[in-house]
Formats: sequence, C-alpha cells, structure tokens
Amino acid sequence: MPAQSIWTLLSWGPDGWSDDIASGVLVTIALALATLPIGLVIGFFVAFAKQHEEPSLRLAGNIYTTVFRGLPELVTLFLFFFGMPLLLQHVVRLFNPDATIDVNSFVAGMIVLALIFSSYASEVFLSAFRAIPKGQYEGGYAIGLSKWQTMRLVILPQLIRIAFPGLENCWLSLLKDTSLVSVVNLAETLRQSGVAARVTKHSFLFYSVAALIFLALAVLSSIATSYILRYVGRREAR
Amino acid sequence: MSVSQVIAIDKPPPQARGWPRARILGSALVGVWILFGAGIVAYLIYAWNAEFFARYAPAYLQGLGTTLSLVSISMVLGAIFSLPVAYGRMSKNWILSGLAYCYVYFFRGTPLLVQTYLVYYGVGSFRPELETVGLWWFFREAFYCGVFAFSLNTAAYQAEILRGAIESVPRGQWEGAASLGLHKLQTLRKVVLPQAIIVALRPYGNELILMIKASAIVAIITVYDLMGNAKLAYAKSFDIQAYIWVAIVYLVMVEILRHGVEWIERRITVHLHR
Repeated sequence: MPAQSIWTLLSWGPDGWSDDIASGVLVTIALALATLPIGLVIGFFVAFAKQHEEPSLRLAGNIYTTVFRGLPELVTLFLFFFGMPLLLQHVVRLFNPDATIDVNSFVAGMIVLALIFSSYASEVFLSAFRAIPKGQYEGGYAIGLSKWQTMRLVILPQLIRIAFPGLENCWLSLLKDTSLVSVVNLAETLRQSGVAARVTKHSFLFYSVAALIFLALAVLSSIATSYILRYVGRREAR
Repeated sequence: MSVSQVIAIDKPPPQARGWPRARILGSALVGVWILFGAGIVAYLIYAWNAEFFARYAPAYLQGLGTTLSLVSISMVLGAIFSLPVAYGRMSKNWILSGLAYCYVYFFRGTPLLVQTYLVYYGVGSFRPELETVGLWWFFREAFYCGVFAFSLNTAAYQAEILRGAIESVPRGQWEGAASLGLHKLQTLRKVVLPQAIIVALRPYGNELILMIKASAIVAIITVYDLMGNAKLAYAKSFDIQAYIWVAIVYLVMVEILRHGVEWIERRITVHLHR
C-alpha cells in the first residue's frame, strides 16, 4: 500500500474515512438520544419509589439502584447481549419450536444504557425530591389538586430545575458509555475509528479522532445545556 | 411541664396499614425481584457444572488478583499524579491552570475505553520509535498499558476531588493558621487536610468503586482480569453462567466497598453528630 498522507485518510469519500466515522457519530448520537427519554422516565419512577412512604416500594427501588449501579457496565452489556437471546429463545420456543432470536446490538445497547442511566438518574431525582419541602405537597392538596395533579403541576417543574445539573452529568456519562457498545459490534464512532485504524495502520491518528469527537460532543452538550438552563431560568423569572 | 410530670400515656393503637395501591404495587415489585433472584439461583443450581467450576474457578481467582492489582496500582499512581494537577488547577498562573484544566477536561470528557485504545493501540503503533527510546517493553504489555491509561484517567478525577475538598475549607482557616504563625505546608497538613478529608472521603470511595467497575474494560485489550477470564470461559464453553458468576463477584466487591466507605465516614464524623 502506498503511503497516504493523513489528509487523504481523513478526507470524505472512497479513499478517506471521514464519511465512515461520521456515520458512526450519527449512531452514537442516535443511541444516546434514544436512551435518554427511557432512562429519564425509569429513573424518575425509581426515585419516586425510593422516596415513597411505602417500605416495599422503597426496597424495590433500592434493589434496582444497587444492582445496576454496582455491576460494571461491560458485564451488564454482555449479560444482556448474550443472556437475553437465550432467555427469549426459551420463551419463544414454547410457542414456535424452531424460532431463532437475534438481539440487535443497538437495542441491547439501548436497554443496558437505559438501565445504567436510570439507576444514576434515580439518585439525582431522589436528592431533588428531598430538596422539595413538604409544604409544597400540602399546599397542592390544600387548594384541591389531586395527588397526580400536585405531582405534575407543582412538584415536577421544581424537581426538574433542581435535578438539572445532576442530570447533565448523567447525560455526559451516558454519552461516554455509548462507546462500550462498540464491543458488541455496533458500528458507532469508536467501532468505525477502530476499523479505520486497523485497515490503515494509523491507530494513533484514528483513536485520537475518536477521542476528539467525544470531546466535541461533550462540549456541544454543555453549550446546549447552558441554553436550556437560560431558557428554564427565564421561565422562572417570569 | 417538667419532665417528672410526664405520665405514661397509652398510645392509640397503630393504624392498620391495609392494602393501599402503593403497597400492592411495592409488594409486587419486590416479588418480581425475589423471583428474579430465585431464578438466577435456580439457574445456577440447575446448570451446576463441577467440571466448569474446577476448570475456571482458579482462573477467576487469578483474574480477581489481576483486577485488584490493576485498580490499586492505578489508584496510587493516580493519587500521586493528581497532586501536581490539583496544584495546577488552583494555581493563579494562567498557563499552569490552563494546562491542568485541559488535562482534566480531556480525561473526563472522553470515554476511558477510547483512552485505553489510544494507549494500547495508538502509542503501540510507534513501535520503532519506542524501541529506540527503550520504552517498548512497557507499551508492549497490555497490563502496563491499562495501568498507564487508568492512572492518567483517575488522576484527572482525583485532582478534581482534591481541589473540591481543599476549596471547601473556608479561607478563614488559612488566615487563622497564618496569623498563628504556621507556614503554608503546616497549615495544609495540620489544619486544612483534616477537614478536607471528611469532604473527600465519599468522592474518593466513589472513584475507587468506579475504577473497579471500569477495570472490566481492560478485558477488551486482552488483559486476563476478572472480566477477561469470564470472556475466555464464555468463548470456550458458551455457558452464560460464566458472566453470571463474574457479575456476582463484582457486585459483592462494590457493595463491600460502599458499606466500608459509609462505615469509615460514620467513624470520622463522630464529632459532627449530636
């Protein structure tokens, strides 16, 4: 192979790898964005359970956090990626004896990242719940709002504002954790850079590119969150 | 009303808890967890394979040793290296603080997996240059590369913990010590650090837990740590219990550490509780 300049390697098109890596970046962003709402919803409900007066609900929530925060991300990923098809196969074979199941690595990654993200987010939501004084609930009930209405109209708007900085940290670690899914062959940023590195033998170049992309995503997220914060702050001022 | 006048009053009987919706839901969820745990235990008993155990248990133990030594070496090296970084972060010299800021931002903003690849595959691709410098023996070994990447990574996090803890001590403490005639190092050692340690303990504990969890990724660069041995066992046997056992070991390790840190925290903050 003739020695190519790094600019050719980084160009867009058949000789360069930029287009391949860019498609990987899209997968990374899609994975993170697809995980976020699921993780936020699960995290909110787990936190809700953990601050509930009912002890059995608290216990169930605490077990959830203990398990998914205590397991290494990679172990959870492998358990799901290899274990879930086995389990599903057993279930499906009860109905259809010769069905085979393949788990899409995007879906497996999404589930695992949502589990991890939600267990961290639930801790953030929990401390936000604790920061809201009891009087807010009592005030809500006093003016005749139902439990659900109080939660939606009184508690939730404050909760989001208090939890926001913590959730931003969770989002940043979610973004970084998406790189782990490359291990189960999802063609995201790191995977695509790795392929480029192996083919061209310019490992340092391409892994640096991957690192810079993740760095750029982190910078973009903090710009976006500062916009959101300003927007939320304005609503508060009104 | 004085204390002596308090008479034993019969408390009203505790209200019956009944079965409100929350309790039904909570019990159902706990039931699901119990079923889940029982399912795993049942599976492990059902799939109990003495041969599998005899074959892989020693490898797992060895892997546990590798994981622990990787984490402890990286934590110590990271702690040492975090000192200049934290100093740089707090320095008034903008070049020093800028450099330290970039260092911390890079290592906290990129995935540890990418950093590990960058060291193992990236730096490793400069083999001729490394051989002339005489560092090839270091970057050839996946374990050393893992230690290198992990130390740099944890140094960035630990520097932030250290900085946060030292800055949490109010300025008046420095000024008070200075007015008593203590010089800076004495102030740091005798006045500031004892107060900073209380603040820093929990973040340090969390960092240790995060490192143990993150150490699983060195399995991908062919280090046979706990996870590496699980991968090997799975590749040879296609038996999912390879991963279940390793998950249990990690979970137990993390829980022991978490409770240990909480215990230490209770012990060193005795004087703060009333």
